[in-house]
Amino acid sequence: MSQATQYPPIETAMRKALTTELKPVFLEVINESPQHNVPKRSESHFRVLVVSEKFNDLTLIKRHRLVNDTVKNALTAAGFEFMHALSIEAKTPKQWEPEQEPEKSPPCLGGFGK
Amino acid sequence: MNRICQTLLRQSYARAPLTSNHVAATVTRSTRWYSADASPPASAADVVDKSTLEKLVRTNKVVIFMKGNPQAPRCGFSNAVVQIMRMHGVQYDAHDVLQNEALRQGVKEFTDWPTIPQVFIDGEFVGGCDILMQLHQSGDLIEELKKVGIISELLKAEEAKQEPNTEEKKK
Repeated sequence: MSQATQYPPIETAMRKALTTELKPVFLEVINESPQHNVPKRSESHFRVLVVSEKFNDLTLIKRHRLVNDTVKNALTAAGFEFMHALSIEAKTPKQWEPEQEPEKSPPCLGGFGK
Repeated sequence: MNRICQTLLRQSYARAPLTSNHVAATVTRSTRWYSADASPPASAADVVDKSTLEKLVRTNKVVIFMKGNPQAPRCGFSNAVVQIMRMHGVQYDAHDVLQNEALRQGVKEFTDWPTIPQVFIDGEFVGGCDILMQLHQSGDLIEELKKVGIISELLKAEEAKQEPNTEEKKK
């Protein structure tokens, strides 16, 4: 628990929920907000790479829904709204090689302030 | 599998300079977008209802809700979806949710999906940018398009290549 406090609040809630709900064999959470048109230290844009046995029999969209819902419930419980952007890679242990890096997000195009 | 789609990607990038004029013309002619469904600023309570959306997602075989329009996407994720569709030569209907807050909220509630862009094929919600990218990379997008009668330009290019004597062999 003590090491979780090094992350800002939304990221902390996300990490905790994804870890407890999905029991990932690998989890990477990246706050990509600094690449976007948002105030400093925002927690608006995230990318997650989750590798979990729980995805084994799920279609791509169901995996993404599982991750979205897990994050949404955790943020609601912590009193936050869902973040502006959440990129998801949801893999099964068989589909994942430990040296694999997460994909890169496309560059921001301004977002029109929204 | 991965190598196949990397090859496909590389080919499509390589082909881009040759075909960009043609594609641009195609987009202008055939891809419809609706900044015209821009509404007067909606109050927060206004949300496009389910039955309207059920019709909206069936106005074309592929329908996309995005930020900006296909010629000027306003978000990197929306742009990625536009580029994928362009590579496959898909004609689609696009809706700019930045022009219409009620539509933006409505579609999120309709799919129970928290982010934009959102892509529908044959009226069915397929996913957002990540899923489209993964379908594209795995080659599954070609199959999904085929199911609704759209032959991907990438598939055509691949088949043309396999015809003997149509193109010189590259090793």
